[in-house]
Amino acid sequence: MTRLTILSHNKFSSNISPSEITSQGIYQQRRTLIKSMAAGLSGAALTAFASRCAFADTATKNAYPHPGKLSPLSFSNSKLSIPAIQEKITPYLDASTYNNFYEFGTDKSDPAKNAHSLQTKGWSVEIEGLVKKPGRLNMEDLLKLSPMEERIYRLRCVEGWSMVIPWVGYSLAQLIKKVEPLGNAKFVTFISQADPKTMPFVNSPILDWPYSEGLRMDEAMHPLTLLTFGMYGEILPNQNGAPIRLMVPWKYGFKSAKSIVKIRFSEKQPPTSWNKSASNEYGFYSNVNPNVDHPRWSQATERRLGEDGLFTKRRKTLMFNGYEAQVASLYSGMDLTKNF
Amino acid sequence: MNAYISHFHSSIQKSLLHPWSKAWVIILCTIPGVVLVYGAFAESLGPNPAETLIRQSGDITIRALCYVLALTPLRELLKLPALGRMRRILGLSVFFYALMHLLCYAWLDMGLLLEDILADTIKRPFIFVGVASFIILLCLAITSFNAAIKTLGGKLWRRLHSGVYLVAILATLHFYWMRASKHRLDDVIFYGTILFLLLLYRIVRYIQKRNKS
Repeated sequence: MTRLTILSHNKFSSNISPSEITSQGIYQQRRTLIKSMAAGLSGAALTAFASRCAFADTATKNAYPHPGKLSPLSFSNSKLSIPAIQEKITPYLDASTYNNFYEFGTDKSDPAKNAHSLQTKGWSVEIEGLVKKPGRLNMEDLLKLSPMEERIYRLRCVEGWSMVIPWVGYSLAQLIKKVEPLGNAKFVTFISQADPKTMPFVNSPILDWPYSEGLRMDEAMHPLTLLTFGMYGEILPNQNGAPIRLMVPWKYGFKSAKSIVKIRFSEKQPPTSWNKSASNEYGFYSNVNPNVDHPRWSQATERRLGEDGLFTKRRKTLMFNGYEAQVASLYSGMDLTKNF
Repeated sequence: MNAYISHFHSSIQKSLLHPWSKAWVIILCTIPGVVLVYGAFAESLGPNPAETLIRQSGDITIRALCYVLALTPLRELLKLPALGRMRRILGLSVFFYALMHLLCYAWLDMGLLLEDILADTIKRPFIFVGVASFIILLCLAITSFNAAIKTLGGKLWRRLHSGVYLVAILATLHFYWMRASKHRLDDVIFYGTILFLLLLYRIVRYIQKRNKS
């Protein structure tokens, strides 16, 4: 696979982000114009033509329309070198209306309907356990702790579907370095908000709340592990885990905790929500692995959402979700079938 | 009041005997399928239409199963013998929705690769149970015509068609296994309870009849 800078949307212009090609204001104006054209001339052919114009406009394969729904989050180019994804970015509508966020309901459409009640004002994250600098970090501090980068990652759900999402954030390692873990800190736990007043399903017995997920220290320190504040150039919508979440691109989606309120450093491997709930189905590692099936379905293939029509063939799932070159060394010598 | 009820009762019985009543029931039975297929073409099934098609066709099937198994209890308790006219239509609609469910899975999940489908069926108990239920339903559907009843003889035919009770149990198990570790058992419990009560009715009737004779 070609190694390009993370923001390379196209192989000829490796360091150009869509916002550099077309300023956001002009881009939005054009979008509006195109939309009104499409609406006015309802012929399907003309609509298709207009949307092709929109595509040509940005001249890149990976460009995405700015959703224009929430506050924009500025970012700079990443210095990190990872394989560029030449796959279509999932439409914002799909990424923000098809979510697993059981605190707001178990149907995929529930979080988008119910998460408006989440209170993100005055949010803070508590750092505790085996660190030199425990304490509470508020959002202002977290937002300016390190420069924001955009990273286009594949997201593979354990259920067999996937998306491609442009996230905004910085490597979790930046935060970890700041709080100075002690030598015996071997694991990191991420604990999500569990407020029954704003999260209607936190009282239901679906899972043992609060939702908690964990990583080994070297996984947490890996530069790909992203402390995430935004997506599609804007702050995170509530249903996607606002205001701060994790994104570990080589693991199944449930490993990336949403709406984090606490980060804990420990010596022992922490219990994690899905593992406690069904340890034979959801392992602590849960690395994306096409060769290790879920007990009830195969993990060899996945359905990419928002890509093409209904009858598009499922695509082959990649080892470590396509990040094998970057992360395989973390697991050298480990039996990945046993440590699934 | 009593007269009013008995008038109402006999008018239901009459309309069930109306020559067009079967046509109306057939139309009613096709509505959920038509709505689902329309949704697929109109692209209104959400971000994961394949999953919606598979799940919804399964939901419709288990609902149709509840309807057909409710028919005999309703016929006997409400003293509406004409309801029996609808049994074959409802039974066949269970089969056709199960076929739709199986085709959605085979096509959208397995890409119509027979080898993969067979491997999946052998490997996964919940798929196995689903396929087994479909095979039973297929046997019932192909023997649902008058000629088949004559050929098999009433007794054998009835024994064969009591296979629908096994389908009710397997379908509930299929649904339960699909949901088990996701801790979302509300609708499994809902349909499971209905099917259990409908089977319990048969058991009670069977014991009553045996004691009488």
